[in-house]
Amino acid sequence: MTATPTPAAAPTPTPAPTSAAASAQAAAPARALPANVAALALGDDALVLSHRLGEWAGHAPVLEEEVALANIALDLLGQARVLLSLAGDEDELAYLREERAFRNLQLVEQPNGDFAHTIARQLYFSTYQTLLYGQLASGESELAPLAAKAVKEVTYHQDHAEQWTLRLGDGTAESHERMRRGLDALWRFTGEMFQPVDGIDVDFEALRESWTASVTAVIERATLSVPDGPQSGAWTAGAGRQGLHTEPFGRMLAEMQHLHRSHPGASW
Amino acid sequence: MATAAAHTAAGTEPGEAAHPAASSARTAEQQAAFDEAVAADERIEPRDWMPDAYRATLVRQIAQHAHSEIIGMQPEANWITRAPSLRRKAILMAKVQDEAGHGLYLYSAAETLGTSREELLDKLHSGRQKYSSIFNYPTLTWADVGAIGWLVDGAAITNQVPLCRCSYGPYARAMVRVCKEESFHQRQGYESLLALSRGTKAQHEMAQDAVNRWWWPSLMMFGPPDDESSHSEQSMTWKIKRHSNDELRQRFVDICVPQAESLGLTLPDPDLVWNEARGHYDFGPIDWTEFWAVLKGNGPCNDQRITQRRRAHEEGVWVREAAAAYAAKHGKATA
Ligand SMILES: [Fe+2]
Ligand SMILES: [Fe+2]
Repeated sequence: MTATPTPAAAPTPTPAPTSAAASAQAAAPARALPANVAALALGDDALVLSHRLGEWAGHAPVLEEEVALANIALDLLGQARVLLSLAGDEDELAYLREERAFRNLQLVEQPNGDFAHTIARQLYFSTYQTLLYGQLASGESELAPLAAKAVKEVTYHQDHAEQWTLRLGDGTAESHERMRRGLDALWRFTGEMFQPVDGIDVDFEALRESWTASVTAVIERATLSVPDGPQSGAWTAGAGRQGLHTEPFGRMLAEMQHLHRSHPGASW
Repeated sequence: MATAAAHTAAGTEPGEAAHPAASSARTAEQQAAFDEAVAADERIEPRDWMPDAYRATLVRQIAQHAHSEIIGMQPEANWITRAPSLRRKAILMAKVQDEAGHGLYLYSAAETLGTSREELLDKLHSGRQKYSSIFNYPTLTWADVGAIGWLVDGAAITNQVPLCRCSYGPYARAMVRVCKEESFHQRQGYESLLALSRGTKAQHEMAQDAVNRWWWPSLMMFGPPDDESSHSEQSMTWKIKRHSNDELRQRFVDICVPQAESLGLTLPDPDLVWNEARGHYDFGPIDWTEFWAVLKGNGPCNDQRITQRRRAHEEGVWVREAAAAYAAKHGKATA
């Protein structure tokens, strides 16, 4: 798939009115430098998914998963902090940008749903991240050092998602059905991962092929089938990367940013 | 296993048939070996003989401790999604994760006494076993996260450091690990409150308000006064407990007063004053009516906490069943 309808251009990242002058400086360079576009895209992916996984704390189906999901969330938050710091001030970028200035994939902002839904989101995203970071790690971009460190973490995330996809797909009739529904529901957000990103020097068509092969193998071993719907909706292809998000994301940000924004200029 | 040869030598393998008279003579011998080992500060290990009441006391205490770790995740998890900086968010997530880990070690320690996690969770969910009442108080502002770290983890450390020398080996070893992490939590809580106290006026007020609300419940964490505490004496002889509730409470107050001064925050007790003769701080009377009310289920969050715990468990049934079914099909360990 090549030509995708371009959603309405998103405004450039603009700090909230409450921010200090410094934050305008922090967010502004993202407009120009491809390296910052890349750091923001990958940093926002990690930040947002970490937040969603953090919502599981105290709600996981088994104590071992409280530990595992928190572990993954912490890895992602660590990556987000490094990446956002490449593009500006981590807290200004996380807490003072408006929804339309976030560059994450729509996939990672999707609400948790049940455990199978979360695992489907993990499978899709961690496979992408493992492949992408593997390539970035061997490249020479500014992102290479971060990618080299993160690739170990995301390989574990991918393994965790794979093991659970197998258990749920090939577990009971109920878990099989829930896993199928999770994979199906999120399938239409997967096409967006393969839209090229400024500053990321990777062959995204080849990435799509590797991703599809990897995900297909896991899904089939889990006695399920790869969803057959489109991988993007009329608005979703590449939309998140351009600041066009889904409704639940605004509420997520409202919760995430409220306290920070209530105390302008305070340090914590 | 510690120097346990003496008491295992006298041990009976489970299911070993014995003549009644021989059996009671053997029990007396085993009891004597156990008493001697405890008196000599040796560790009792899972395969050693132990009196039924000792086992039951340990299971009750370890279970209550494990339950407190996992229920205690809730009031703090309440702030993960609203943490005001990414650094604080990472610290808080790691802390809540640690508490889950503490729950895991402790349920494992209880398993060495022949009680499964499933069984203990069932008792928690049905209200037959308790968790620390402190977690029945709400976290109303961000400063509560700092106050919990400083005061609640601080009180937990004061309670738990002596447990590192508990007579039961697996519990003592779990406590060594737990205490190390709790002291991180305590320092991080203190540091977070310090940032608030030295921050804007609104932040300082938020910190003071949190300390006002958490101080007295933290003192109640040490349990009822010594003259009303039911299990203390026997637990002391068994070296499951090494200091009385009141001793530990005093130790905690003495630690907190100078720390509150460094924080620039006031502890909400007008009677708090240094007593030169005693070499301790005197403090005002504790409202034990509140303590008993919360313990009996009438705290601000009792229903909320147990309802969330039950719901997470019930909503997880299909996941645990799937893992078990998959493991049965493929001969692999479950999650
Ligand atoms: Fe703990
Ligand atoms: Fe703790």
